[in-house]
Amino acid sequence: MSTQQAPTADPARRARDARRRRHTAPRGERIAAAFLHLELLVVAVIVVFPLMWIVGASFSPGTGLANASPIPADATVEHYVSLFTETDYGRWYLNSLYVATLNMIGSVVLSALCGYVFSRIRFRGRKAGLLGILILQMFPTFLTAIAVYMLFLNFGLLDSLTGLALVSIAAALPYNTWLMKGYTDELPASLDEAAAIDGASRWTVFVKIILPLMRPMLTFVAITQFTMPWMDFILPALLLQSPEKQTVALGLFAMIEDVYQNAFTTFAAGAVILAVPITILYIVLQRYLVTGASAGAEKG
Amino acid sequence: MSTAQQSSGPPAPVPGIASALVWGFGQLINRQAGKAAFFFAFFAALIGWEMGTGNYYAGMEFTPRSNGGFFVRGLWGLFTLGTQPRQMTVTGLTEGDNSIVLMANGLISLLTLALLAIVWIWSIRDAHSYRRRLNAGAAPETSRAYFRRIWDGAFAYIVLSPGLILIVFMSVLPVLFGILVAFTDYNRDNLPPKNLVHWVGFENFATIFAVPSWTATFIGVLGWTFVWAIIATATTYAAGFLQAVLLANKKVRFPRVWRSVFLLPWAVPGIVSALVFRSMFNGQFGPVSQWLVDMGITDERVYWFTDPSHPNLARAVALLVNLWLGFPFFMALVGGVLTNIPDSYYEAARMDGAGPLQQLRHITLPVVHKTVAPLLILAFVSNFNNFGVIYFLTQGGPDNADYRFAGSTDLLITWLFNLTLDNRLYNIGAVMSMLIFVIVGTISVVNLNRSKAIREL
Repeated sequence: MSTQQAPTADPARRARDARRRRHTAPRGERIAAAFLHLELLVVAVIVVFPLMWIVGASFSPGTGLANASPIPADATVEHYVSLFTETDYGRWYLNSLYVATLNMIGSVVLSALCGYVFSRIRFRGRKAGLLGILILQMFPTFLTAIAVYMLFLNFGLLDSLTGLALVSIAAALPYNTWLMKGYTDELPASLDEAAAIDGASRWTVFVKIILPLMRPMLTFVAITQFTMPWMDFILPALLLQSPEKQTVALGLFAMIEDVYQNAFTTFAAGAVILAVPITILYIVLQRYLVTGASAGAEKG
Repeated sequence: MSTAQQSSGPPAPVPGIASALVWGFGQLINRQAGKAAFFFAFFAALIGWEMGTGNYYAGMEFTPRSNGGFFVRGLWGLFTLGTQPRQMTVTGLTEGDNSIVLMANGLISLLTLALLAIVWIWSIRDAHSYRRRLNAGAAPETSRAYFRRIWDGAFAYIVLSPGLILIVFMSVLPVLFGILVAFTDYNRDNLPPKNLVHWVGFENFATIFAVPSWTATFIGVLGWTFVWAIIATATTYAAGFLQAVLLANKKVRFPRVWRSVFLLPWAVPGIVSALVFRSMFNGQFGPVSQWLVDMGITDERVYWFTDPSHPNLARAVALLVNLWLGFPFFMALVGGVLTNIPDSYYEAARMDGAGPLQQLRHITLPVVHKTVAPLLILAFVSNFNNFGVIYFLTQGGPDNADYRFAGSTDLLITWLFNLTLDNRLYNIGAVMSMLIFVIVGTISVVNLNRSKAIREL
């Protein structure tokens, strides 16, 4: 589809000349370009409008859904103020931040260790372990969630943010281990061997050689595991009960459920505050995220 | 030396059997005191734990319920799920058995026993094989040398153990527990500690496949889930592909800006977008209905997700919203593949006189498809279990009078959520979980067999 070529390459020029001969009218090209940009513009409007609407709603005066408009005439920040003065939003935000940080650290450390071992060491039970991981990965989280709820109830771990983080780490560990293993497989084994000949222990090889090379995949797991708890709903809905232990996702959902007609604009403000940091993170680090996701698919 | 040992030592099975009876005893016969102490420590811990947590008195009638320790009472609880319901007596409410707590404890004791069984089998095999090698003339090995040899090879296990323990107690145990619940009558009519839960065999499976209202709901929801997953995957892939191809066109000005704008739906947290669309499509106050009325396209407000007479309208809107949410990911993915297709392919095609459409069909499409195909399966599975879009957007609505606890847009996973959380039908929910696992597992296994991951194990 690329129609213009680097001017130096000889075959490229020939190809362009061939094109010129067929589409002699540059006017046709211009029309095509105009249609192309028209399509992009339409899609962009469809993409942006709902987001603009929610941002506008968060600045709209009034409280109800009917008051929301994409470009409010007399904008106000009162909903952002009341979000922190009249609701527990700040508390929810800190709770989510705590779970997210714990989940990120735990996932990165454990999956890097397990991925390295499964990739580089041939030990008894390795194949069984990898198969077990694959099978566990297929279970819907929900099947375990209810059971985890019952077990936590039994052991008094319910309503604990740390408990929630532990369950999240365990739920994602099989997939993350698989990713890390796949990535480590691609690193040349000669590096390890050279270090081992120099007398480095397995631990030194891992920390000094493999870990720095794993950085892209570590970044991917860190971002996905940091952002996941902000959006997760099923597990926190089951495991957290008291009002001061809610996460942002739970709080926002409760807001839109309970006080649908009279606090919509406050919900909008909360949604914007939740969405903006994650959106920026995703846009800035998009390359890592897309590469990581496709690596996961290639490895099954 | 070796001949002396050959004549003095007992045949190999003797220490093996000795270790099977008393862990480490076989090693003692083999004159390996260190090893013997190691294995005996596990044996003593097992017995001690059981004795310490139970009530073992001499001369008293033994029942697992009142006397058993952690293991005996645990296994008893797992098999019977309790025998004493809570009762009202003259002294007040008596403490009955809590079946679910018993089941959980039973599972934990069973898993612990399974782990200990590994040590037990290790001790038997070690005692047996060491004596056999000794009898065959091998030099004796001290316990210390043996453990050092084991230690060097144990790096993998030591590093894996934190992850393994986490997975066993947070994933494997719950999965087993969930499977067991599918074979009980644990639901809202039968909640411990008030009532006892019983094993019911395959009754719950029979309910879903034999009671007409359940079967109709299951078939209906399953069918829609498949339709949803197929259409959702196909539309997001097609739209993402189209957008990526258009963006790759050299005529596009500022491609990076466009790309970043189109990536917004992927970057914004899904729960936020879904709740925003839910508000936009709110029948009573939402702007979309209002706009349609203002423009004179509809006479009255459209109740997108709550009008039972138009289930397909709700389904179509849900699919459109999912398209909005899902196309950017495929666009980014396909975009990445497109930059890796060498320009020489297209030049060669042009020299052969291929037009843009032919190039698209014979170069771009096959190359992209080859890379993206495994991801399509993953996308299908994640759409199959797409809790977020449906639950936050429609909550399964509009209501469907023919269904049990399900609406017209409910997927299996959201139906499952309603069954367990809102209606507390834990046993039916567990059966549904297993069915979802079987479906998703089959698709994944087929996919895996084609990928190189499994061959590289």
